[in-house]
Amino acid sequence: MTSALARERLAYRRSRARRSTAVAVVSTVVFAVAVGYGITHTPGWPRVQETFFSPAVAWQSLPSVLEGLWLNIRVLVVAEIGILVLGLAIASLRTLRGPVFFPLRALATGYVDLFRGVPLLIALYLIGFGVPALRLQGVPTDVAVLGTATLILIYSAYVAEVFRAGIESVHPSQRAAARSLGLSHRQSMRLVILPQAVRRVLPPLLNDFVALQKDVGLISVLGAVDAIRAAQIEAARTFNFTPYVVAGLLFVLLAIPTGRIADAAAARATRRQEGA
Amino acid sequence: MRKKPELFPNSEKVLELRGVHKRYGEATVLDGIDLRVDEGQVVTLIGASGSGKSTLLRCVNLLETVDDGEILLEGTDIADPRLKPGPAQQRMAIVFQSFNLFPHMTALQNVTLAPRVVHGLSAKEATERAHELLHRVGLDAFAGAYPDRLSGGQQQRVAIARALAVQPRLLLLDEITSALDPELVGEVLAIVRELARGSSTILMATHEMGFARQVSDHVVFLDGGRVCEDGPPERVLHDPTEDRTRQFLARVIAAGRLS
Repeated sequence: MTSALARERLAYRRSRARRSTAVAVVSTVVFAVAVGYGITHTPGWPRVQETFFSPAVAWQSLPSVLEGLWLNIRVLVVAEIGILVLGLAIASLRTLRGPVFFPLRALATGYVDLFRGVPLLIALYLIGFGVPALRLQGVPTDVAVLGTATLILIYSAYVAEVFRAGIESVHPSQRAAARSLGLSHRQSMRLVILPQAVRRVLPPLLNDFVALQKDVGLISVLGAVDAIRAAQIEAARTFNFTPYVVAGLLFVLLAIPTGRIADAAAARATRRQEGA
Repeated sequence: MRKKPELFPNSEKVLELRGVHKRYGEATVLDGIDLRVDEGQVVTLIGASGSGKSTLLRCVNLLETVDDGEILLEGTDIADPRLKPGPAQQRMAIVFQSFNLFPHMTALQNVTLAPRVVHGLSAKEATERAHELLHRVGLDAFAGAYPDRLSGGQQQRVAIARALAVQPRLLLLDEITSALDPELVGEVLAIVRELARGSSTILMATHEMGFARQVSDHVVFLDGGRVCEDGPPERVLHDPTEDRTRQFLARVIAAGRLS
């Protein structure tokens, strides 16, 4: 079995580990107390506590903010699906070779330049207020729908670039191997390149997804009653900012699981790259 | 209207190169190569690194375009840019120095991919053929394994099975043992030896001179993008007429690669 030497070393390592944990706990507590003390002893704290952290207002506003958040979640799901489809389509267009496809390639490049450059707020105003003003038959005027469409348009430009980076990170020898077996360009992309590319870009894609989770709140500028809009209405009714804090906390809670999933995916990708 | 010429009419003369040139910018990599591989023959390219062996194989496989000359595959000039590369590529297969297995597929999926999607075999037929081939390369037990779980030698054997699965008229082997640890070279060469004894038509590049002597019908020594000397393996490897060949072989012997 283990020698006395090995047992002694193990005991030493364990004692060091216990010591590290203790130091971490103490330093965290000291830090939290210092920050808490600093904030609660500012001259304006009593007023801030009353306007931003009123438990009564928080409890009162929670139902309508939650109802608003449900709209955010629905918009998030629909937008994310649309973004993945459109982003992948644009990235694939940009990889097409041959002069016939020049217009498509140029279009895809122009799309990315335009929608990655335009501020989300401006795009929301233009589409959210401009499209209904056209009074076209059959085109939806619901601000939630138009807001979702805008998010899809903007985020697809980012996600397309993430996909493209993934596609270009697959070594050319993989394409050579696929082509040498007689696979066409489309078959090579679909069966060989894309599956590898998507696996590699999963962590950055999830990162964009977390960013989208917050940005769905911006559809409130169009008047859609989402969590932020609901908080705004509550705040105006009660003359108290606590509903914003409630909405903010709910968004954070929403982002935490996605963040953990993103971390796990990144760790898994690293493990795979190292060959496990 | 001009009648479309029949594709690949001459099945005996599998490959013929006439005056093939390839340049990368200023550098001339292939400087007028003439070469012939008949049905059932094993032709081996030898030469120093940078002599154009790999480039030649990649040009034949249409992974690179040539700047001048003809590449006749069974009588059809496949270097003609008017022809699509697909039909020609479907008639040959290449095994790369760095294996290039698809890492997201199991060994079995690597082997069945092209038969299924290019050659229209049913999943069942393709799987049967793949199991047969994996058995032939001694990897029955690894059909479900992903490439990163296999040793270099095992990966290269899967790559050979993948190449054979499309039943190529011409098999191209590009220094397939160069990336392997010395103790793994034997298992890969044994399979090629088996193929060479059978009816396979093979054009390969190698640094393993002993192996080249055993399996080749014809050896071609490339130097500076030209065919410097060619002939039967005994003569080219043991009694070369060209000084360049002698110098090259002397260096190889000094490195301990000629057994």
